[in-house]
Amino acid sequence: MLSKKQIFSKGILAVAPHMFSVIPFGIVCGAIGIELGFSPVLVYAMSIIIFGGASQIVFLQLLSGGASALIAVTSVGVINSRHLLYGAVLSEYLEKLSFIKKLLISYLVVDQGFAESNKFFQKNKNETHLHYHLLGSGGTLWVCWQISTLAGIILGSFVPEELGLKFAVPLTFIAIVVQDIKKLDHVIVMITCGLSSLLFFDAPFKSYIIISPIIALFVAALVLRLKK
Amino acid sequence: MTWLSIIIAGIITYFMRMTMVALVDRDLLGERVKAVLAYVPSAVFPAIIFPGIFINDYGTFIEMNDPKIFGAIVAILVGYFSRNVIATIISGLFSYWIIIFLL
Repeated sequence: MLSKKQIFSKGILAVAPHMFSVIPFGIVCGAIGIELGFSPVLVYAMSIIIFGGASQIVFLQLLSGGASALIAVTSVGVINSRHLLYGAVLSEYLEKLSFIKKLLISYLVVDQGFAESNKFFQKNKNETHLHYHLLGSGGTLWVCWQISTLAGIILGSFVPEELGLKFAVPLTFIAIVVQDIKKLDHVIVMITCGLSSLLFFDAPFKSYIIISPIIALFVAALVLRLKK
Repeated sequence: MTWLSIIIAGIITYFMRMTMVALVDRDLLGERVKAVLAYVPSAVFPAIIFPGIFINDYGTFIEMNDPKIFGAIVAILVGYFSRNVIATIISGLFSYWIIIFLL
């Protein structure tokens, strides 16, 4: 049985490598906000209030492009609706927590933290203090996101666009799923999701980001049925 | 107005994070749903990966000789064999930069 501190440290270590993509992306995110002409306080406040990289950029781009606040808010909601899926997966491991603790820990769930903590949970189902892993991973991502968006706000236009730092985002997620390309069922699900996301890319409110996982999960259900 | 929108967007985002963890009783989900949920990472992350590679900042498809495709292939190979997240990200970024800046 691992102690709380050990599991917390494992959570930190599990997401630490992802900083190579989170920090550049955070810097880009802060810099874009300033470039689009928003006030530094407002751009930074989003990192605390929304705390969701891609959705923060989309929100500011839509508003600066003249879209209504309703469209901007709806888009953030649609983009972040994938967290419903993460929550459904995590709930199995967080079941025993008190209601208040569930409310608090939910704020820290982001993509990379979910991915890495979920991997840990699957292998260590019998540990008692599982949620400390999520605190470690989510807390680390939170701190780094705050620092890097602030850095981007300060650096602003000094961030060279030619570097294409946003490309670090798909790379970090490749690192997360790449070991599953050994498994045919997972490959089918991944390709379904990927192709759907390209097909539905122009769907309103960036909804490709939730439409394609839903299609992929239906395909997963079919695959499961065929496997039996 | 912008501030109000940010706060509402934040509340909505928080609810997306919290609902399934704190409000929905997991027993409501059947065994089959739980089995399908095991595919969530594979079913969600490609929706971030594919557009991140194949669609540029202006929302149009890239050319098939775009350096991002090369970078992604290098990252997949390095990631698969090294099982190392840092190596995956760095190899992908560097191979992308090499093509952009040197060729």
